[in-house]
Amino acid sequence: MSVLVNKNTRLLVQGITGKAGSFHAQQCLEYGTNVVAGVTPGRGGQKFLDRVPIFNTVREAVEQTGANASMVFVPPAFAADSLLEAIDAGVPLLVCITEGIPVRDMLLVKERLATSSIRLIGPNCPGIITPGECKIGIMPGYIHRPGKVGIVSRSGTLTYEAVWQITKRGLGQSTCIGIGGDPVNGTSHLDAVRLLNEDPLTEAIIMIGEIGGAAEEEAAAYIKAEVRKPVAGFIAGATAPPGRRMGHAGAIVSGSSGSAGAKIAAMREAGIAVAPTPSDIADTLLSRYHP
Amino acid sequence: MNIHEYQAKQLFRDHGVSVARGAVARTPAEIDAALAQLPEGKIVVKSQIHAGGRGKGKFTDGFAGGVKIAASAAQAKEYALRMLGNTLVTHQTGPAGRKVQTIFFTEATDIAKEYYLAVLLDRATSQPVIIASTEGGMDIEHVAEHMPDKILRRHVDPALGLRAFQGREIGFRLGLGEDQIKQFGRLLEGVYKLFWDKDCAMVEINPLIVTPAGQVEALDAKVSFDDNALFRHPDIQALRDLNEEDSKEIEASKFNLNYIALDGNIACLVNGAGLAMATMDIIQYFGGTPANFLDVGGGATEEQVTSAFRIILSDPAVKGILVNIFGGIMKCDIIARGVIAAARNTKLQVPLVVRLEGTNVELGREILAQSGLALTTADSLSDAAQKIVAALKA
Repeated sequence: MSVLVNKNTRLLVQGITGKAGSFHAQQCLEYGTNVVAGVTPGRGGQKFLDRVPIFNTVREAVEQTGANASMVFVPPAFAADSLLEAIDAGVPLLVCITEGIPVRDMLLVKERLATSSIRLIGPNCPGIITPGECKIGIMPGYIHRPGKVGIVSRSGTLTYEAVWQITKRGLGQSTCIGIGGDPVNGTSHLDAVRLLNEDPLTEAIIMIGEIGGAAEEEAAAYIKAEVRKPVAGFIAGATAPPGRRMGHAGAIVSGSSGSAGAKIAAMREAGIAVAPTPSDIADTLLSRYHP
Repeated sequence: MNIHEYQAKQLFRDHGVSVARGAVARTPAEIDAALAQLPEGKIVVKSQIHAGGRGKGKFTDGFAGGVKIAASAAQAKEYALRMLGNTLVTHQTGPAGRKVQTIFFTEATDIAKEYYLAVLLDRATSQPVIIASTEGGMDIEHVAEHMPDKILRRHVDPALGLRAFQGREIGFRLGLGEDQIKQFGRLLEGVYKLFWDKDCAMVEINPLIVTPAGQVEALDAKVSFDDNALFRHPDIQALRDLNEEDSKEIEASKFNLNYIALDGNIACLVNGAGLAMATMDIIQYFGGTPANFLDVGGGATEEQVTSAFRIILSDPAVKGILVNIFGGIMKCDIIARGVIAAARNTKLQVPLVVRLEGTNVELGREILAQSGLALTTADSLSDAAQKIVAALKA
């Protein structure tokens, strides 16, 4: 059993016919993900790569294929509506890659999610992967290796750094959850750490964060109280100037809150080993985790 | 996206939020016409820049104060002429200051009591939150730190919107009189409507005042917008003031590049915001100073990479470049071709360290190796950062 996704996950791709959607749907298929359907309104009846049926609506895709997860590649102006459509169709797991969704739209999606058991990862995220079993997202598969280190991160490429360091040391990842760079998201650091903590196959956890908000502090408090597995972390943005959004919509130091220093202090307080540079993430974990 | 106070006050007027009358002048010739729109009496003359601390600021030619109260229209004109085209330095502008291109005149209002009112996103609960305080006219961060019990926080259900009882409850808590409660309720409705309808990131009124005559109005206005939502607000986009933005950042946005200028001399070009921040951090860790944040994004074309290089190199402070690419959507061969094209097109003279990893990495490294260009490759990010810092010291 792995965290949220595995060999049996049946994935539908919303926006499968778009440029990014088609490229990554194919990459996921090649990785071995069980992509069972695509959804693009108006293209129902067609096939993606001559093998994956495309439907006009999520509801129809779920009825016809039993899809139980969705990867969303819909442009920002329409992405929230696509998420609401998937929630309405009862898809249990949503992974929203789209960057640029208005905050207001996500506030309403989150409110809708609060009264359901559906899990949303993202938006503005690279996705989730259980190496060797299921990849839902845009991460390069080849850097991953099945193993026991769970990773949660707001970033995409910074996560790949950590993953590659772990892989090169002969270890592997249980599940990597990219929660994304937006200020309003479906799964927080705390949510992801809890999942990894409760996963019997995960023996150690890496938590990667960045400036903005207090999600890392919230997770650190949980880790201090509940997590006995070794945890290492890294916080990006110590050199970011205050008041500027550093790429990610959620990466901003506002007044006295959201600084890298505050997060690092909270993490150390919680017994998390914090890497001094992004190159030291695996070594920092291995100072606490002896597999 | 930020806007000027005078623009924020116009939005307030459009949304039924009481503000004093005002008018703007962008050139000396416009001053008389602007002042003619205001009643007799004291006039506040306000430099319009996207930074706070204007009142205590100082112009580079020595003239003190970016906000001044004039006893008459004639004095207001004098002040405006000193301010227009002048450069104002405040504790928020940085030492270089900001050129003042617009003056906002507003009728001076007597103040009986000052409050603080703001609406913004509470990330902890994913809901809009109203922040109110009896300690208006002060630095709210200071109030939060030293008098936290004077800060009122009330959340708004995003789907339900602001309810009338919420305005009443806040008004009563603030100790407003009966007639002010109703005015405050209407004002808050207008503020929230603006916040929600126009996809604001924040609407801040500091101070919100009650006049001796019992009028509740916004004395100051600070409004910022969710950049992700601008596409659906062409009227808000029209309020953008390019003079308040770094020219390199404006240029970068034309190519859909995410660029933020910093003070150092080692430029970086990275894919992914988190990795870009981490790259800036590791440069500093090894003793260098980052010149910029630059995220080329997940699908950067060769043209975008070339443009990124050009923008980076247009900063005269840049003495070296670190390219750090970990390819997910981004393919290393595209980056490699872009780096080579850019280096050739810009006749690159400064040290260049390139670190590639990810999709098509072998192809990318091969392309770099066969380019014949004077560049250094690196394996790890640590290796890359140390190499570029060392190259500058050489």
